[in-house]
Amino acid sequence: MRITEAEVRYVAGLANLELSDAEVRQFQADLDEILEHVARLNEIDTSGVDAMAQVLYHAEDSATLRADRPVSPLGNAAALTNAPQPGNGYFKVPKVIER
Amino acid sequence: MDLPSLTVDAVRKGLLTRQFSASELAREVLRFAEVENPKTNAYLRLSPERALAAAERVDARIARGEDPGPLAGVPVAVKDVIVTKGVITTCGSKLLERYVPPYDATAIIRLEGAGAVIVGKTNCDEFAMGSSNENSAFGPVRNPIAPDRVPGGSSGGSAAAVAQGTAVVALGSDTGGSIRQPASFCGVVGVTPTYGRVSRYGLTAFASSLDHIGPLARNVRDAATVLGVIAGRDPADATSADAPVPDYTAALGGTVKGLKLGLPREYLKDLTSETATLIGRAVDALKHLGCDVRDISLPYTDAAVACYYIIATAEASSNLARYDGVRYTFRSGNPETLREMYRKTRGVGFGAECKRRIMLGTYVLSAGYYDAYYLKAQKVRALIARDFARAFEEVDAIVTPVSPFPAFRLGEKLHDPLAMYLSDIYTITGDLAGIPCMSVPCGNTAEGLPVGVQFLTKHFDETTMFRLADALERAESA
Repeated sequence: MRITEAEVRYVAGLANLELSDAEVRQFQADLDEILEHVARLNEIDTSGVDAMAQVLYHAEDSATLRADRPVSPLGNAAALTNAPQPGNGYFKVPKVIER
Repeated sequence: MDLPSLTVDAVRKGLLTRQFSASELAREVLRFAEVENPKTNAYLRLSPERALAAAERVDARIARGEDPGPLAGVPVAVKDVIVTKGVITTCGSKLLERYVPPYDATAIIRLEGAGAVIVGKTNCDEFAMGSSNENSAFGPVRNPIAPDRVPGGSSGGSAAAVAQGTAVVALGSDTGGSIRQPASFCGVVGVTPTYGRVSRYGLTAFASSLDHIGPLARNVRDAATVLGVIAGRDPADATSADAPVPDYTAALGGTVKGLKLGLPREYLKDLTSETATLIGRAVDALKHLGCDVRDISLPYTDAAVACYYIIATAEASSNLARYDGVRYTFRSGNPETLREMYRKTRGVGFGAECKRRIMLGTYVLSAGYYDAYYLKAQKVRALIARDFARAFEEVDAIVTPVSPFPAFRLGEKLHDPLAMYLSDIYTITGDLAGIPCMSVPCGNTAEGLPVGVQFLTKHFDETTMFRLADALERAESA
């Protein structure tokens, strides 16, 4: 087994995902199967191979820096139109510091 | 007016000869979509106000004797992962059911600037994650050619709308095959341009090193016209390339004699017999047109699915972190703490496939696993890209199938995620390498299911791909 239920719960915590017990069992089985498949990468010799860090690294040059000119931003009101709980020009959230 | 066979050129001719106005066409398409859409669920939402306003602008330009633009009056469907100002954009997710974007994607601005009429927003797998369109929070899409079958995914709604005639062309997005596979399943043309060719400003991010916007259309010329409109540098997207955009349509209609094509043996070994036969027929047709076809090898193909599902999920786990209940409309219940708000909003809001991928992506990036999974996958990705670079020293284009099989039945693969992932094998390699690739119809199975053939070319050489696709299309219709 490549991943345990305890690890699935730990990862769900890292991802801030609330999962039901049934989901934990399901994802343990699914991830185990997928991780078993991806383990085949270990059979490939990648010594001396640089990881791809830029998709077009080997393509012809294409300058991608824009001129540093200020443009007007979206604006506070527009940015808040989809907020579940806007207030006084801010996004409101529950208490951040827990006692 | 026969909407299901209308093309960009026919719309243009109709407008300029005053057979119909853009407003009349827009009303006709909206009416047709109202009637036809319930059969497939391709559109999640029509945008009549926006469509009619755009059509009126086109009519006004024509009345003033101005050029109305290369896409004047053309009804376009837009995948619901591309934001449209004032028109709800859900990404197929319950989380964004009420999200009204405050801005337009660059591709949308360019389409409307060229005279296009946006008819509505199309269904897709949630956040573009899926190969069957069954992962939409708003119900699956049915394949217009075979209603008990999937349209493919994740741009299933866009492909279905074009096949059904409720749009002339559509925009989709492709991260691992999400334009080409549904195009092949629905019998339309689907184009994934070079990485960076089309601005992603306003495309909801799934996996940023793999995401593309591209067109779906009923013929190669229309797809080339749309790409010409949306391609090119955009200061709002730092990853958009500053490469010149040629006139793609100017290269069409000519000969493909002497072009060297590679047939990678790794892509042909596991095909169902009917798909293999149809791909073989397309290759024979190209040989007959004077192409020089040779066998090639892309040895790292078998590693592509594993490589892709590490990189794509890692990037997705990061990109989807923003849906936390703070900014994007949905917050679950009445949480007492910030962390509870995050966990509940995401636990309730995301569907099963998104959760599965967020979990996998978070796992492969977690402490102690980064080198073993993510870094390893990026090295294998470099090897896959090198396979293509070497092949293109020898050939002008590569020809492959798009999918191992034609459209499958709704529900058939839903409960086997790994089998669904493995079916992406022929399309994810192009995304990993960042090269242009497209699907073109190459015939139907005995049951009448469409099959697509894929062309891949080197970075920024969409022109060669379009030439081949156009030549094949003409040979088929002859």
